[in-house]
Amino acid sequence: MSALVVAKGLQAFYGDAQALFGIDFHLAEAEVVAVIGANGAGKSTFLKALTGLVKVPGDSVHFDGLPIGGLPPGDIVRRGLAMVPEGRRLFPSLTVEENLLMGAFAGRRGPWNLARLYKMFPILEHKRRHPATALSGGQQQMVSIGRALMSNPRLLLCDELSLGLAPIVIKEIYDALPAITDEGMALVIVEQDVSVAQRVSSRVVCFQEGRVSLEGPSDRLTREQISAAYFGT
Amino acid sequence: MLVQGILLGGLYSLFALGLSLMFGVMRLTNTAQGDFIVLGGFAAIAGVATFGLQPALSALLLLPIAFGAGYAMQRFVLNGTLGKDPLPSLVVTFGLSIVIQNGLLETFSADPRSLDTGGLNIQSVSIGGLSLGVLPLLIFAIAVLCTAGLQALFARTALGRAFRAVSDDREIAELMGLKAGHIYALATAIAFVLIAIAGVLQAMRTTVSPSDGPLLLLFAFEAVIIGGMGSFWGTFVGAMVLGLTQQIGFRVDPGWGLWAGHLMFLALLVVRPQGLFPKTRG
Repeated sequence: MSALVVAKGLQAFYGDAQALFGIDFHLAEAEVVAVIGANGAGKSTFLKALTGLVKVPGDSVHFDGLPIGGLPPGDIVRRGLAMVPEGRRLFPSLTVEENLLMGAFAGRRGPWNLARLYKMFPILEHKRRHPATALSGGQQQMVSIGRALMSNPRLLLCDELSLGLAPIVIKEIYDALPAITDEGMALVIVEQDVSVAQRVSSRVVCFQEGRVSLEGPSDRLTREQISAAYFGT
Repeated sequence: MLVQGILLGGLYSLFALGLSLMFGVMRLTNTAQGDFIVLGGFAAIAGVATFGLQPALSALLLLPIAFGAGYAMQRFVLNGTLGKDPLPSLVVTFGLSIVIQNGLLETFSADPRSLDTGGLNIQSVSIGGLSLGVLPLLIFAIAVLCTAGLQALFARTALGRAFRAVSDDREIAELMGLKAGHIYALATAIAFVLIAIAGVLQAMRTTVSPSDGPLLLLFAFEAVIIGGMGSFWGTFVGAMVLGLTQQIGFRVDPGWGLWAGHLMFLALLVVRPQGLFPKTRG
């Protein structure tokens, strides 16, 4: 399989503070990878480096064979890499539907449009004229996922989908993912809950203090291996 | 008298809309707003005096020029001042204010001037027993149109959606592929068209002189604050309240008009500091 994303020795900084210390990462077309790790391990920074929100050297990240490090976020999304940001980050002064339409701004063609999203999350159609922030946490997460899908990406990055949500809502959100990946969209899921991460992905990558501490097929990694890689014991 | 106050409010709302727009989209307070209005008035006058244009043509030509100037001003000057700290933009626009005042003084001298309206400013119509000036009515109609147009632009168009999105969360808006620098520049371009309209109408209704800017800024600022930040109809109503209060003040004592307006502004700040119709959060 051809590689969609390749990161080689990826380093990232917030000012003087280094957050990523040489990440090697690859992702095939249509692959679903979970990135796990403790708070501050660099998972979110990694996603921000991929989407251009954190500037990194040009050739340290390749997407579809071309260097994308340091490009403006808008250029990266136009190439087909979209993100569901941590904490959902909906536009509060826009309605549900307007939020979704913002996602389509990148202007990529593909299967995802309002009608299809409303079919997947019918509640959003009922609430399409409501302010986005008037929705429940789970519904807001659906809007955030939908907004990213509207750009018809080849790779979708999901940062902590389960943050602040009830278990039953988390399950509902994750149950929707196969409908997204079935058509060959690749997925990177950042997740605190290791068992959820293992269940939805085919491969797990564990970060620890800005480095990759473990990598392997989701169904073959043992609890002990993960625990050791997670906490560094 | 009340009608006159409302008509005056129409002019004030045109002074204020540009300020309201720029603050709403990028949290930028343009302290040179008043001076840009005066500059707009003088530019239209110069079009007549220097190039021999018809006043109406001069005013119309000014609009696209203002759009371009606003775009360039934001793109190449003001975008660099934006950030968490509001001080740089205040200092830069304050500096622009001084530059414009002195530039106008140098070019046009301190004499008040006005734009020839071909007698429009002395015509009046009689409505329901009231004799009203044609020009103030026209100004009021333009103010309503501009407010409604701006509100519709924000609420219904893709550009308006983009304005609100970059105002809410610039980082995420850029993640969606918006270019915030360009969106901001378009907002200022539209604000400058409104400023040019205000300047032309001010020069038609009365006179403009290089030192008028700060007072016009004060009226605009008071209208925006009374109405509540981030709402165009709020700004419009705020301008009405200011215009009415000033007219009532003038009636009580000719020296009290502006003072009454300021008093109303202060009283409202005490009673309702968020303004009458606040929309802006955080």
